[in-house]
Amino acid sequence: MSEAAPRTDVPAIEVRNLHKSFGDNEVLKGIDFHVDQGEVVCVIGPSGSGKSTLLRCVNRLEEPTSGTIMVEGVDITDDEMDLDKVRTRIGMVFQQFNLFPHLNVTRNLTLAQIRAKKRKKADAEEIAARNLAKVGLEDKATAFPTQLSGGQQQRVAIARALSMDPDMMLFDEPTSALDPELVGDVLDVMKQLAKDGMTMMVVTHEMGFAREVGDRVVFMDGGVVVEQGKPEDVLGNPQHERTKEFLSKVL
Amino acid sequence: MAPPLKRSTRRRLTRGALYVLFILAVAVVVWLADWEAIRSNFFDLDVAVEAFPEILTVAAKNTVLYTAIAFVGGLLLGLILALMKLSPILPYRWAATAYIELFRGLPALLVIFGFAFAVPIAFGWRPPGGSAGAGLIALIIVSSAYIAETIRAGIEAVPPGQVEAARSLGMRPSWTMISVVLPQAFRIVTPPLTNELVILIKDTSLLFIAGMALGDRELTTFARDMVSSSANATPLVLAALLYLIITLPLTQLVAKLEKHNKRGR
Ligand SMILES: Nc1ncnc2c1ncn2[C@@H]1O[C@H](COP(=O)(O)OP(=O)(O)OP(=O)(O)O)[C@@H](O)[C@H]1O
Ligand SMILES: [Mg+2]
Repeated sequence: MSEAAPRTDVPAIEVRNLHKSFGDNEVLKGIDFHVDQGEVVCVIGPSGSGKSTLLRCVNRLEEPTSGTIMVEGVDITDDEMDLDKVRTRIGMVFQQFNLFPHLNVTRNLTLAQIRAKKRKKADAEEIAARNLAKVGLEDKATAFPTQLSGGQQQRVAIARALSMDPDMMLFDEPTSALDPELVGDVLDVMKQLAKDGMTMMVVTHEMGFAREVGDRVVFMDGGVVVEQGKPEDVLGNPQHERTKEFLSKVL
Repeated sequence: MAPPLKRSTRRRLTRGALYVLFILAVAVVVWLADWEAIRSNFFDLDVAVEAFPEILTVAAKNTVLYTAIAFVGGLLLGLILALMKLSPILPYRWAATAYIELFRGLPALLVIFGFAFAVPIAFGWRPPGGSAGAGLIALIIVSSAYIAETIRAGIEAVPPGQVEAARSLGMRPSWTMISVVLPQAFRIVTPPLTNELVILIKDTSLLFIAGMALGDRELTTFARDMVSSSANATPLVLAALLYLIITLPLTQLVAKLEKHNKRGR
Protein backbone atom coordinates (compact mmCIF):
# COMPACT_ATOMS: atom_id res chain seq x y z
CA MET A 1 0.00 0.00 0.00
CA SER A 2 2.91 2.43 -0.61
CA GLU A 3 2.54 5.63 -2.61
CA ALA A 4 4.61 4.73 -5.67
CA ALA A 5 4.44 1.14 -6.84
CA PRO A 6 7.67 -0.43 -5.62
CA ARG A 7 9.62 -2.35 -8.23
CA THR A 8 10.04 -5.99 -7.42
CA ASP A 9 12.72 -6.74 -10.00
CA VAL A 10 15.44 -4.72 -8.25
CA PRO A 11 17.13 -4.92 -4.85
CA ALA A 12 15.31 -3.13 -2.01
CA ILE A 13 18.55 -1.33 -1.17
CA GLU A 14 21.54 -1.02 -3.42
CA VAL A 15 24.58 1.01 -2.38
CA ARG A 16 27.41 1.56 -4.84
CA ASN A 17 30.87 2.92 -4.08
CA LEU A 18 29.61 4.90 -1.09
CA HIS A 19 32.02 7.29 0.56
CA LYS A 20 31.28 9.32 3.65
CA SER A 21 33.58 11.68 5.51
CA PHE A 22 33.08 13.73 8.64
CA GLY A 23 35.56 16.53 8.05
CA ASP A 24 38.90 14.82 7.46
CA ASN A 25 37.69 11.57 8.95
CA GLU A 26 36.73 9.19 6.14
CA VAL A 27 34.28 6.79 7.77
CA LEU A 28 32.98 4.89 4.71
CA LYS A 29 35.62 4.10 2.10
CA GLY A 30 33.77 2.84 -0.92
CA ILE A 31 30.98 0.56 0.22
CA ASP A 32 29.15 -1.78 -2.15
CA PHE A 33 26.17 -3.25 -0.43
CA HIS A 34 22.70 -4.47 -1.19
CA VAL A 35 19.63 -5.94 0.43
CA ASP A 36 17.29 -7.97 -1.77
CA GLN A 37 13.56 -7.75 -1.35
CA GLY A 38 12.42 -9.98 1.49
CA GLU A 39 15.99 -10.51 2.61
CA VAL A 40 17.27 -10.09 6.18
CA VAL A 41 20.83 -8.74 6.19
CA CYS A 42 22.71 -8.41 9.47
CA VAL A 43 25.62 -5.99 9.59
CA ILE A 44 28.26 -6.71 12.20
CA GLY A 45 31.65 -5.22 12.99
CA PRO A 46 33.70 -3.49 15.65
CA SER A 47 32.74 -0.15 17.16
CA GLY A 48 33.53 2.77 14.88
CA SER A 49 33.64 0.65 11.73
CA GLY A 50 30.88 2.73 10.11
CA LYS A 51 27.85 0.43 10.49
CA SER A 52 25.51 3.14 11.78
CA THR A 53 26.78 5.62 9.23
CA LEU A 54 26.02 3.18 6.38
CA LEU A 55 22.55 2.47 7.73
CA ARG A 56 21.80 6.16 8.20
CA CYS A 57 22.92 6.92 4.65
CA VAL A 58 20.23 4.54 3.36
CA ASN A 59 17.47 6.99 4.32
CA ARG A 60 19.80 9.98 4.08
CA LEU A 61 19.76 10.91 7.73
CA GLU A 62 23.45 11.14 6.87
CA GLU A 63 24.41 12.95 3.63
CA PRO A 64 26.74 10.69 1.60
CA THR A 65 29.92 12.33 0.34
CA SER A 66 29.85 10.39 -2.93
CA GLY A 67 28.37 7.24 -4.41
CA THR A 68 24.85 6.15 -5.24
CA ILE A 69 22.10 4.78 -3.04
CA MET A 70 19.15 3.14 -4.76
CA VAL A 71 16.00 2.31 -2.86
CA GLU A 72 13.65 0.10 -4.86
CA GLY A 73 15.34 1.34 -8.00
CA VAL A 74 15.10 5.05 -7.14
CA ASP A 75 18.31 7.02 -6.70
CA ILE A 76 17.71 8.79 -3.38
CA THR A 77 20.76 11.01 -3.74
CA ASP A 78 18.99 12.69 -6.67
CA ASP A 79 17.88 16.15 -5.52
CA GLU A 80 14.77 16.02 -7.72
CA MET A 81 13.36 13.08 -5.81
CA ASP A 82 10.87 13.48 -2.96
CA LEU A 83 12.95 12.24 -0.04
CA ASP A 84 10.10 12.46 2.47
CA LYS A 85 7.96 10.16 0.36
CA VAL A 86 10.76 7.60 0.05
CA ARG A 87 11.31 7.74 3.81
CA THR A 88 7.71 6.68 4.45
CA ARG A 89 8.67 3.41 2.74
CA ILE A 90 11.75 2.88 4.92
CA GLY A 91 11.03 2.15 8.58
CA MET A 92 13.81 2.98 11.00
CA VAL A 93 14.40 1.79 14.55
CA PHE A 94 17.01 3.52 16.69
CA GLN A 95 19.18 2.25 19.50
CA GLN A 96 17.69 4.92 21.83
CA PHE A 97 14.05 4.30 20.69
CA ASN A 98 13.43 8.03 20.11
CA LEU A 99 9.75 7.86 20.93
CA PHE A 100 8.02 11.24 21.21
CA PRO A 101 7.85 11.71 24.99
CA HIS A 102 5.06 14.31 24.91
CA LEU A 103 2.66 12.00 23.04
CA ASN A 104 1.00 8.82 24.24
CA VAL A 105 1.66 5.53 22.50
CA THR A 106 -1.26 5.77 20.08
CA ARG A 107 -0.36 9.30 19.06
CA ASN A 108 3.26 8.25 18.62
CA LEU A 109 1.97 5.75 16.09
CA THR A 110 -0.55 8.01 14.34
CA LEU A 111 1.36 11.30 14.09
CA ALA A 112 3.38 10.55 10.96
CA GLN A 113 0.53 8.57 9.40
CA ILE A 114 -1.59 11.71 9.59
CA ARG A 115 1.11 14.27 8.81
CA ALA A 116 3.14 12.41 6.21
CA LYS A 117 0.73 9.87 4.74
CA LYS A 118 -2.34 12.11 5.05
CA ARG A 119 -4.36 9.32 6.55
CA LYS A 120 -7.61 10.07 8.34
CA LYS A 121 -7.32 9.99 12.13
CA ALA A 122 -9.71 7.05 12.49
CA ASP A 123 -7.85 5.00 9.86
CA ALA A 124 -4.51 5.85 11.47
CA GLU A 125 -5.78 4.75 14.87
CA GLU A 126 -7.04 1.48 13.50
CA ILE A 127 -3.66 0.79 11.89
CA ALA A 128 -1.90 1.82 15.10
CA ALA A 129 -4.00 -0.60 17.15
CA ARG A 130 -3.25 -3.42 14.72
CA ASN A 131 0.51 -2.80 14.93
CA LEU A 132 0.46 -2.45 18.70
CA ALA A 133 -1.17 -5.87 18.86
CA LYS A 134 1.53 -7.18 16.56
CA VAL A 135 4.22 -6.20 19.10
CA GLY A 136 2.11 -7.43 22.02
CA LEU A 137 1.35 -4.05 23.56
CA GLU A 138 -2.34 -3.48 22.79
CA ASP A 139 -2.92 -2.69 26.48
CA LYS A 140 -0.44 0.24 26.39
CA ALA A 141 -2.29 2.39 23.83
CA THR A 142 -2.81 5.29 26.21
CA ALA A 143 0.45 5.02 28.16
CA PHE A 144 3.20 7.60 27.79
CA PRO A 145 6.69 6.47 26.78
CA THR A 146 8.21 7.24 30.20
CA GLN A 147 5.76 4.80 31.78
CA LEU A 148 7.15 1.91 29.71
CA SER A 149 10.20 -0.28 30.12
CA GLY A 150 12.99 0.00 27.57
CA GLY A 151 11.89 -3.19 25.87
CA GLN A 152 8.30 -1.95 25.64
CA GLN A 153 9.47 1.39 24.28
CA GLN A 154 11.49 -0.31 21.58
CA ARG A 155 8.52 -2.45 20.59
CA VAL A 156 6.39 0.70 20.37
CA ALA A 157 9.10 2.22 18.18
CA ILE A 158 8.91 -0.82 15.90
CA ALA A 159 5.11 -0.54 15.79
CA ARG A 160 5.46 3.16 14.96
CA ALA A 161 7.68 2.37 11.99
CA LEU A 162 5.38 -0.46 10.87
CA SER A 163 2.36 1.85 10.96
CA MET A 164 3.71 3.62 7.90
CA ASP A 165 3.44 0.31 5.98
CA PRO A 166 7.11 0.41 5.02
CA ASP A 167 8.58 -1.87 2.38
CA MET A 168 11.73 -2.34 4.45
CA MET A 169 13.01 -1.79 7.98
CA LEU A 170 16.37 -0.50 9.17
CA PHE A 171 17.47 -1.41 12.70
CA ASP A 172 20.48 0.22 14.37
CA GLU A 173 21.45 -1.94 17.35
CA PRO A 174 17.83 -2.11 18.54
CA THR A 175 18.64 -4.09 21.68
CA SER A 176 21.94 -2.49 22.76
CA ALA A 177 20.31 -0.02 25.17
CA LEU A 178 18.18 -2.69 26.85
CA ASP A 179 18.60 -4.60 30.08
CA PRO A 180 19.52 -8.20 29.17
CA GLU A 181 16.20 -9.63 30.36
CA LEU A 182 14.26 -7.34 27.99
CA VAL A 183 16.25 -8.16 24.85
CA GLY A 184 14.31 -11.34 24.10
CA ASP A 185 10.91 -9.65 23.65
CA VAL A 186 12.30 -7.24 21.06
CA LEU A 187 14.18 -9.95 19.20
CA ASP A 188 11.01 -12.07 19.12
CA VAL A 189 9.12 -9.24 17.44
CA MET A 190 11.92 -8.88 14.89
CA LYS A 191 11.96 -12.62 14.22
CA GLN A 192 8.24 -12.57 13.56
CA LEU A 193 8.71 -9.64 11.17
CA ALA A 194 11.37 -11.58 9.29
CA LYS A 195 9.10 -14.61 9.12
CA ASP A 196 6.36 -12.41 7.64
CA GLY A 197 8.74 -11.57 4.82
CA MET A 198 9.84 -8.05 5.77
CA THR A 199 12.99 -6.75 4.13
CA MET A 200 15.38 -5.96 6.96
CA MET A 201 18.80 -4.41 7.43
CA VAL A 202 19.92 -5.00 11.01
CA VAL A 203 23.06 -3.60 12.60
CA THR A 204 23.51 -5.83 15.61
CA HIS A 205 25.84 -7.31 18.16
CA GLU A 206 23.43 -10.20 18.71
CA MET A 207 25.29 -13.00 16.92
CA GLY A 208 22.58 -15.48 17.87
CA PHE A 209 19.98 -13.40 16.07
CA ALA A 210 22.24 -12.99 13.02
CA ARG A 211 22.80 -16.73 12.83
CA GLU A 212 19.18 -17.69 13.33
CA VAL A 213 17.32 -15.01 11.40
CA GLY A 214 19.82 -13.50 8.97
CA ASP A 215 19.80 -14.56 5.34
CA ARG A 216 23.18 -12.91 4.98
CA VAL A 217 25.77 -11.46 7.34
CA VAL A 218 27.97 -8.53 6.33
CA PHE A 219 31.14 -7.89 8.31
CA MET A 220 32.45 -4.34 8.21
CA ASP A 221 35.72 -2.97 9.52
CA GLY A 222 37.47 0.34 9.00
CA GLY A 223 34.83 1.68 6.63
CA VAL A 224 34.83 -1.22 4.18
CA VAL A 225 32.91 -4.46 3.78
CA VAL A 226 35.49 -7.09 4.62
CA GLU A 227 33.45 -10.22 4.17
CA GLN A 228 29.88 -11.32 3.61
CA GLY A 229 27.89 -14.45 3.04
CA LYS A 230 25.57 -16.96 4.68
CA PRO A 231 25.57 -16.62 8.49
CA GLU A 232 26.94 -20.12 9.02
CA ASP A 233 29.85 -19.34 6.69
CA VAL A 234 30.78 -15.88 7.96
CA LEU A 235 30.21 -16.69 11.61
CA GLY A 236 31.24 -20.36 11.54
CA ASN A 237 34.05 -20.35 9.03
CA PRO A 238 35.35 -16.80 8.50
CA GLN A 239 37.87 -16.35 5.70
CA HIS A 240 39.51 -13.09 6.72
CA GLU A 241 41.89 -12.47 9.58
CA ARG A 242 39.95 -9.38 10.77
CA THR A 243 36.69 -11.30 10.83
CA LYS A 244 38.27 -14.09 12.86
CA GLU A 245 39.75 -11.61 15.29
CA PHE A 246 36.42 -9.80 15.73
CA LEU A 247 34.44 -12.99 16.20
CA SER A 248 36.90 -14.36 18.71
CA LYS A 249 36.20 -11.30 20.84
CA VAL A 250 32.40 -11.34 20.67
CA LEU A 251 31.51 -15.02 20.56
CA MET B 1 39.47 23.07 77.75
CA ALA B 2 35.91 22.76 76.55
CA PRO B 3 35.00 19.44 74.95
CA PRO B 4 34.65 19.65 71.11
CA LEU B 5 31.10 20.42 70.02
CA LYS B 6 29.07 18.06 67.90
CA ARG B 7 28.42 19.27 64.35
CA SER B 8 24.67 19.53 64.82
CA THR B 9 25.13 21.49 68.04
CA ARG B 10 27.51 23.89 66.33
CA ARG B 11 25.08 24.42 63.50
CA ARG B 12 22.25 25.10 65.95
CA LEU B 13 24.39 27.65 67.79
CA THR B 14 25.34 29.48 64.58
CA ARG B 15 21.73 29.64 63.54
CA GLY B 16 20.72 30.95 66.97
CA ALA B 17 23.36 33.69 66.76
CA LEU B 18 22.05 34.71 63.33
CA TYR B 19 18.50 34.98 64.65
CA VAL B 20 19.66 37.18 67.52
CA LEU B 21 21.53 39.47 65.11
CA PHE B 22 18.50 39.69 62.84
CA ILE B 23 16.15 40.57 65.69
CA LEU B 24 18.63 43.21 66.94
CA ALA B 25 18.81 44.78 63.47
CA VAL B 26 15.01 44.90 63.21
CA ALA B 27 14.83 46.44 66.68
CA VAL B 28 17.29 49.18 65.73
CA VAL B 29 15.34 49.98 62.56
CA VAL B 30 12.06 50.04 64.49
CA TRP B 31 13.59 52.30 67.15
CA LEU B 32 15.10 54.72 64.60
CA ALA B 33 12.00 54.98 62.39
CA ASP B 34 9.61 57.91 62.76
CA TRP B 35 6.41 55.90 63.10
CA GLU B 36 4.02 58.78 63.00
CA ALA B 37 5.58 60.11 59.77
CA ILE B 38 5.44 56.64 58.26
CA ARG B 39 1.81 56.16 59.21
CA SER B 40 0.62 59.51 57.90
CA ASN B 41 2.68 59.39 54.68
CA PHE B 42 2.36 55.76 53.64
CA PHE B 43 -0.67 54.34 55.40
CA ASP B 44 -3.26 57.10 55.28
CA LEU B 45 -6.63 55.35 55.32
CA ASP B 46 -8.55 58.29 53.80
CA VAL B 47 -6.21 58.44 50.81
CA ALA B 48 -6.38 54.67 50.47
CA VAL B 49 -10.17 54.70 50.39
CA GLU B 50 -10.07 57.38 47.72
CA ALA B 51 -7.95 55.15 45.47
CA PHE B 52 -10.82 52.68 45.18
CA PRO B 53 -12.35 51.42 43.03
CA GLU B 54 -10.25 52.93 40.18
CA ILE B 55 -7.01 51.39 41.39
CA LEU B 56 -8.63 48.01 40.70
CA THR B 57 -11.07 48.69 37.87
CA VAL B 58 -8.68 50.87 35.85
CA ALA B 59 -5.10 50.59 37.08
CA ALA B 60 -4.72 46.93 38.05
CA LYS B 61 -6.94 45.88 35.15
CA ASN B 62 -4.70 47.79 32.70
CA THR B 63 -1.53 46.34 34.21
CA VAL B 64 -2.87 42.82 33.69
CA LEU B 65 -4.21 43.67 30.23
CA TYR B 66 -0.95 45.27 29.05
CA THR B 67 1.06 42.35 30.43
CA ALA B 68 -1.15 39.87 28.60
CA ILE B 69 -0.96 41.75 25.29
CA ALA B 70 2.80 42.26 25.54
CA PHE B 71 3.40 38.63 26.52
CA VAL B 72 1.30 37.12 23.75
CA GLY B 73 2.82 39.53 21.23
CA GLY B 74 6.30 38.85 22.59
CA LEU B 75 5.75 35.08 22.39
CA LEU B 76 4.62 35.17 18.76
CA LEU B 77 7.34 37.56 17.65
CA GLY B 78 9.91 35.75 19.81
CA LEU B 79 8.99 32.40 18.25
CA ILE B 80 9.43 33.82 14.75
CA LEU B 81 12.79 35.34 15.73
CA ALA B 82 13.96 32.08 17.32
CA LEU B 83 13.08 30.14 14.15
CA MET B 84 14.85 32.78 12.05
CA LYS B 85 17.93 32.53 14.24
CA LEU B 86 18.01 28.74 13.77
CA SER B 87 17.24 28.97 10.05
CA PRO B 88 19.81 27.72 7.55
CA ILE B 89 19.20 30.92 5.57
CA LEU B 90 21.98 33.33 6.47
CA PRO B 91 20.18 36.70 6.06
CA TYR B 92 17.41 35.48 8.39
CA ARG B 93 19.99 34.58 11.00
CA TRP B 94 21.70 37.96 10.63
CA ALA B 95 18.46 39.91 10.89
CA ALA B 96 17.32 37.97 13.97
CA THR B 97 20.69 38.31 15.69
CA ALA B 98 20.86 42.05 15.02
CA TYR B 99 17.32 42.56 16.32
CA ILE B 100 17.88 40.47 19.44
CA GLU B 101 21.19 42.09 20.32
CA LEU B 102 19.82 45.59 19.71
CA PHE B 103 16.74 45.30 21.87
CA ARG B 104 18.40 43.34 24.65
CA GLY B 105 21.10 45.99 24.73
CA LEU B 106 18.78 48.99 25.07
CA PRO B 107 16.93 50.00 28.25
CA ALA B 108 13.22 49.24 27.87
CA LEU B 109 12.46 52.74 29.10
CA LEU B 110 14.32 54.25 26.18
CA VAL B 111 12.57 52.03 23.64
CA ILE B 112 9.15 52.97 25.04
CA PHE B 113 10.12 56.63 24.93
CA GLY B 114 11.31 56.19 21.35
CA PHE B 115 8.04 54.66 20.15
CA ALA B 116 5.92 57.21 21.98
CA PHE B 117 7.82 60.32 20.86
CA ALA B 118 10.71 59.72 18.44
CA VAL B 119 8.91 57.43 15.97
CA PRO B 120 5.96 59.83 15.41
CA ILE B 121 8.40 62.68 14.74
CA ALA B 122 10.80 60.69 12.59
CA PHE B 123 8.23 58.82 10.47
CA GLY B 124 5.11 60.90 10.88
CA TRP B 125 3.45 57.66 12.04
CA ARG B 126 1.46 57.40 15.24
CA PRO B 127 1.12 53.85 16.53
CA PRO B 128 -2.54 52.89 17.06
CA GLY B 129 -3.96 53.16 20.56
CA GLY B 130 -2.29 56.44 21.47
CA SER B 131 0.53 56.52 24.01
CA ALA B 132 -0.53 53.21 25.50
CA GLY B 133 -0.42 51.59 22.06
CA ALA B 134 3.03 53.00 21.34
CA GLY B 135 4.32 51.84 24.71
CA LEU B 136 2.86 48.38 24.22
CA ILE B 137 4.50 47.98 20.82
CA ALA B 138 7.79 48.86 22.48
CA LEU B 139 7.19 46.34 25.28
CA ILE B 140 6.36 43.61 22.73
CA ILE B 141 9.53 44.39 20.81
CA VAL B 142 11.74 44.36 23.89
CA SER B 143 10.23 41.21 25.44
CA SER B 144 10.33 39.35 22.11
CA ALA B 145 14.11 39.79 22.02
CA TYR B 146 14.48 38.03 25.37
CA ILE B 147 11.81 35.45 24.67
CA ALA B 148 13.44 34.60 21.32
CA GLU B 149 16.65 33.60 23.07
CA THR B 150 14.72 31.55 25.61
CA ILE B 151 12.77 29.69 22.94
CA ARG B 152 15.91 29.11 20.86
CA ALA B 153 17.61 27.53 23.86
CA GLY B 154 14.54 25.33 24.35
CA ILE B 155 14.53 24.18 20.73
CA GLU B 156 18.23 23.37 20.94
CA ALA B 157 17.65 21.38 24.13
CA VAL B 158 15.35 18.91 22.34
CA PRO B 159 17.47 15.81 21.61
CA PRO B 160 18.45 15.51 17.91
CA GLY B 161 17.11 11.94 17.93
CA GLN B 162 13.60 13.43 18.08
CA VAL B 163 14.06 15.23 14.79
CA GLU B 164 15.70 12.17 13.25
CA ALA B 165 12.79 9.96 14.30
CA ALA B 166 10.23 12.35 12.82
CA ARG B 167 12.18 12.84 9.59
CA SER B 168 12.79 9.11 9.20
CA LEU B 169 9.01 8.67 9.29
CA GLY B 170 8.75 11.00 6.31
CA MET B 171 7.54 14.07 8.20
CA ARG B 172 8.50 17.35 6.58
CA PRO B 173 10.67 19.85 8.48
CA SER B 174 7.72 22.16 9.19
CA TRP B 175 5.54 19.41 10.69
CA THR B 176 8.53 18.07 12.59
CA MET B 177 9.02 21.50 14.14
CA ILE B 178 5.33 22.02 14.91
CA SER B 179 4.34 18.63 16.29
CA VAL B 180 7.58 17.20 17.66
CA VAL B 181 10.14 19.90 18.50
CA LEU B 182 8.11 22.90 19.66
CA PRO B 183 5.85 21.07 22.13
CA GLN B 184 8.94 19.66 23.85
CA ALA B 185 10.84 22.94 23.64
CA PHE B 186 8.01 24.89 25.27
CA ARG B 187 7.78 22.34 28.03
CA ILE B 188 11.48 22.81 28.72
CA VAL B 189 11.28 26.61 28.77
CA THR B 190 8.05 27.05 30.74
CA PRO B 191 9.92 28.12 33.91
CA PRO B 192 12.12 30.76 32.20
CA LEU B 193 9.12 31.96 30.18
CA THR B 194 7.13 32.44 33.37
CA ASN B 195 10.07 34.47 34.66
CA GLU B 196 9.85 36.64 31.53
CA LEU B 197 6.18 37.12 32.32
CA VAL B 198 6.96 38.32 35.85
CA ILE B 199 9.57 40.74 34.50
CA LEU B 200 7.04 41.97 31.96
CA ILE B 201 4.44 42.65 34.66
CA LYS B 202 6.92 44.90 36.36
CA ASP B 203 8.07 46.47 33.09
CA THR B 204 4.54 47.70 32.36
CA SER B 205 5.34 50.27 35.06
CA LEU B 206 7.76 51.86 32.59
CA LEU B 207 4.83 52.81 30.38
CA PHE B 208 4.36 55.96 32.49
CA ILE B 209 7.11 57.57 30.39
CA ALA B 210 4.81 57.48 27.36
CA GLY B 211 2.34 59.78 29.12
CA MET B 212 -0.89 57.86 29.41
CA ALA B 213 -4.44 59.07 28.93
CA LEU B 214 -6.53 58.88 32.14
CA GLY B 215 -8.37 55.66 31.36
CA ASP B 216 -5.18 54.01 30.01
CA ARG B 217 -3.14 54.36 33.20
CA GLU B 218 -1.70 51.23 34.75
CA LEU B 219 -0.81 50.76 38.41
CA THR B 220 2.37 52.80 38.60
CA THR B 221 1.14 55.75 36.54
CA PHE B 222 -2.11 55.77 38.47
CA ALA B 223 -0.32 55.71 41.83
CA ARG B 224 2.19 58.41 40.85
CA ASP B 225 -0.59 60.69 39.65
CA MET B 226 -2.45 60.17 42.88
CA VAL B 227 0.68 60.81 44.93
CA SER B 228 1.08 64.23 43.34
CA SER B 229 -2.60 65.15 43.66
CA SER B 230 -2.95 64.02 47.28
CA ALA B 231 0.60 64.85 48.43
CA ASN B 232 0.64 61.44 50.10
CA ALA B 233 2.52 58.24 49.26
CA THR B 234 -0.15 55.76 50.33
CA PRO B 235 -1.16 54.97 46.70
CA LEU B 236 2.41 53.73 46.04
CA VAL B 237 2.11 51.27 48.92
CA LEU B 238 -1.22 50.08 47.56
CA ALA B 239 0.29 49.66 44.08
CA ALA B 240 3.22 47.74 45.55
CA LEU B 241 0.82 45.38 47.34
CA LEU B 242 -1.17 44.81 44.16
CA TYR B 243 2.01 44.02 42.17
CA LEU B 244 2.95 41.44 44.79
CA ILE B 245 -0.52 39.91 44.70
CA ILE B 246 -0.04 39.40 40.94
CA THR B 247 3.62 38.34 40.86
CA LEU B 248 4.00 36.17 43.97
CA PRO B 249 1.77 33.32 42.75
CA LEU B 250 3.69 33.32 39.48
CA THR B 251 7.12 33.14 41.10
CA GLN B 252 5.80 30.33 43.29
CA LEU B 253 4.62 28.60 40.12
CA VAL B 254 8.10 28.92 38.59
CA ALA B 255 9.67 27.34 41.64
CA LYS B 256 7.19 24.48 41.47
CA LEU B 257 7.72 23.96 37.74
CA GLU B 258 11.48 23.92 38.15
CA LYS B 259 11.24 21.30 40.86
CA HIS B 260 8.88 19.28 38.69
CA ASN B 261 11.21 19.50 35.66
CA LYS B 262 14.18 18.41 37.71
CA ARG B 263 12.29 15.37 38.91
CA GLY B 264 11.17 14.60 35.35
CA ARG B 265 14.74 14.22 34.10
N1 LIG C 1 28.01 13.06 13.24
C1 LIG C 1 29.29 12.68 13.26
N2 LIG C 1 30.27 13.61 13.25
C2 LIG C 1 31.57 13.25 13.27
N3 LIG C 1 32.00 11.99 13.31
C3 LIG C 1 31.07 11.00 13.33
C4 LIG C 1 29.68 11.32 13.31
N4 LIG C 1 28.98 10.15 13.33
C5 LIG C 1 29.91 9.18 13.36
N5 LIG C 1 31.16 9.67 13.35
C6 LIG C 1 32.41 8.89 13.36
O1 LIG C 1 32.33 7.93 12.36
C7 LIG C 1 32.93 6.71 12.75
C8 LIG C 1 31.99 5.57 12.52
O2 LIG C 1 30.85 5.76 13.35
P1 LIG C 1 29.61 4.78 13.31
O3 LIG C 1 28.64 5.30 14.31
O4 LIG C 1 29.12 4.62 11.93
O5 LIG C 1 30.25 3.43 13.82
P2 LIG C 1 29.53 2.08 14.25
O6 LIG C 1 30.13 1.02 13.43
O7 LIG C 1 28.05 2.24 14.20
O8 LIG C 1 30.01 1.92 15.76
P3 LIG C 1 29.20 1.43 17.05
O9 LIG C 1 29.22 -0.06 17.04
O10 LIG C 1 29.99 1.98 18.18
O11 LIG C 1 27.82 2.00 16.97
C9 LIG C 1 33.34 6.87 14.20
O12 LIG C 1 34.71 7.12 14.24
C10 LIG C 1 32.59 8.11 14.65
O13 LIG C 1 33.34 8.83 15.56
MG1 LIG D 1 26.50 2.41 15.64
